[in-house]
Amino acid sequence: MTATLKDTTAIVGIGQTPFARQLDPPEKTLACQAILAALDDAGIAPSEVDAFASYTMEETDEVEVAKAVGAGDVTFFSRIGYGGGGSCATVAHLAAAITTGQATVGVAWRSRKRGSGPRPWRDTRAQLPTPAQWTRPYGLLRPVDEIAMLARRYMHEYGATRDHFFNVALACRNRAAQNPAAIMHGRPLTREAYMSARWISEPLCLFDNCLETDGALACVVVAAERARDLRQRPVYVHSAAQGLPSQHHGMVNYWTDDPLAGPSWTAARQLWKAADFGPSDVHVAQIYDAFTTLIPLSLEGYGFCGRGEGAAFTEDGALELGGRLPLNTGGGGLSEAYVHGFNLINEGVRQLRGTSTAQVPGAATCLVTAGEGVPTSALLLRS
Amino acid sequence: MSPMMRGTTDNGLLLPVPDADGEPFWTYAARGELRIQSCADCGGLRFPPRPCCPRCQSFATEWRLMSGRGHIWSYVRPHPPLLPGYAEQAPYNVVLVQLADAPGIRLVGNPVSAPDAALDSVDPALLRVGAPVRAVFAEIAPGVTVPRWLLERP
Repeated sequence: MTATLKDTTAIVGIGQTPFARQLDPPEKTLACQAILAALDDAGIAPSEVDAFASYTMEETDEVEVAKAVGAGDVTFFSRIGYGGGGSCATVAHLAAAITTGQATVGVAWRSRKRGSGPRPWRDTRAQLPTPAQWTRPYGLLRPVDEIAMLARRYMHEYGATRDHFFNVALACRNRAAQNPAAIMHGRPLTREAYMSARWISEPLCLFDNCLETDGALACVVVAAERARDLRQRPVYVHSAAQGLPSQHHGMVNYWTDDPLAGPSWTAARQLWKAADFGPSDVHVAQIYDAFTTLIPLSLEGYGFCGRGEGAAFTEDGALELGGRLPLNTGGGGLSEAYVHGFNLINEGVRQLRGTSTAQVPGAATCLVTAGEGVPTSALLLRS
Repeated sequence: MSPMMRGTTDNGLLLPVPDADGEPFWTYAARGELRIQSCADCGGLRFPPRPCCPRCQSFATEWRLMSGRGHIWSYVRPHPPLLPGYAEQAPYNVVLVQLADAPGIRLVGNPVSAPDAALDSVDPALLRVGAPVRAVFAEIAPGVTVPRWLLERP
């Protein structure tokens, strides 16, 4: 029999700090706060933790975190690259380590001061990693400029409009309105405000972009057997995948035959192959939304609709509560917090526990994805 | 400090930082030639440049001269906040040009009204997907030349 990760592990604890444009504590402190909150939620002592996973872009390393929170001997640690593409892979690496007996209690975390911290693209001296020689001299400076190029082509090729991107922004903002932890809680969005907002990189405006956020999150992964004896309802890791397509180039995926079919497509094939159910059985989705454009592209990649149909999928309230696929029910990166997508994992867990502030009644399956447009990862969670 | 050491032009635009694979592109550009790396064995074109051919794994490379003709595959118009040198010219135009000689190879660049004109020198209403363009060259700092793009029928 082939080894499988299917339902062998579960997320049993989640924790987070407040989210804000500016928080006083340093990233290391925020990381420790989130990790201890997640362990407390699980009812597991820090001394039992023997595995860690985070992003390569995480500033605080596992040595610092382990000694600060009082972890035991650590026998597995892992870092995943490509910024927001790494979020779901942190949980996947822990699940693999625990399933293969390399560890027993894993913590995944992300701590980030992006709201008050530096923005890499502003530094001309540290500018221009090698691939950027082909883009930045011409003024394609920020991630939004790179994605806007794909957005314009997507609009041209498939008839997507700004109203479709607005549908995405609105669904996330409406869910943030229900979530007191969200930065945009209590700040409704209107179509008029969206259409008259200032441009950031045409055709993308202010509300097509995620929030600059300070904050940290963490979750705890253990074997399914152990999970059944803990205080929270287990949320099982049903399937997991990473995706780096052939001839992919990162955010500027302009040189492949098909730039509009990104890493989602590669991750999705592996994700569904290892699962007992398909896209039509997903009750709620947490899809990486650094930019609104990524949602229609991801809806196509993960098989919720056909090629070119992602924009039309957002019509008629499909992404709202009660719609075909309720989306980013905590508010997502667009309206809850942008912490490289880790908030999407914790919100997926809340949905399957039945404790979301925008609960989908009876939700038993959830897709969580990491950044589309970069080497990515995804999880299928089930209760 | 010279523009090269600073990493920017006198008006604050970033200079390309070539790596070993990309260096020939910039050397040819300084001569006013648009050349794309190709495999000396199977003939396949590839961009961005890299050490070996993803199709046949050969390390034998040559640089093939392009006609400089192409069409706009997509375009964007960045607005501030931006680096100061770019903010001064914002909003400006950036295009992705698909080369006529090599479909699938697309170059990021700026559409301009003349080789040395500003990044905002073309009326954005003239830009559309599919519009034909041709390459021209602008020396943006001593010894550093970049391709730019003129609309064929502005």
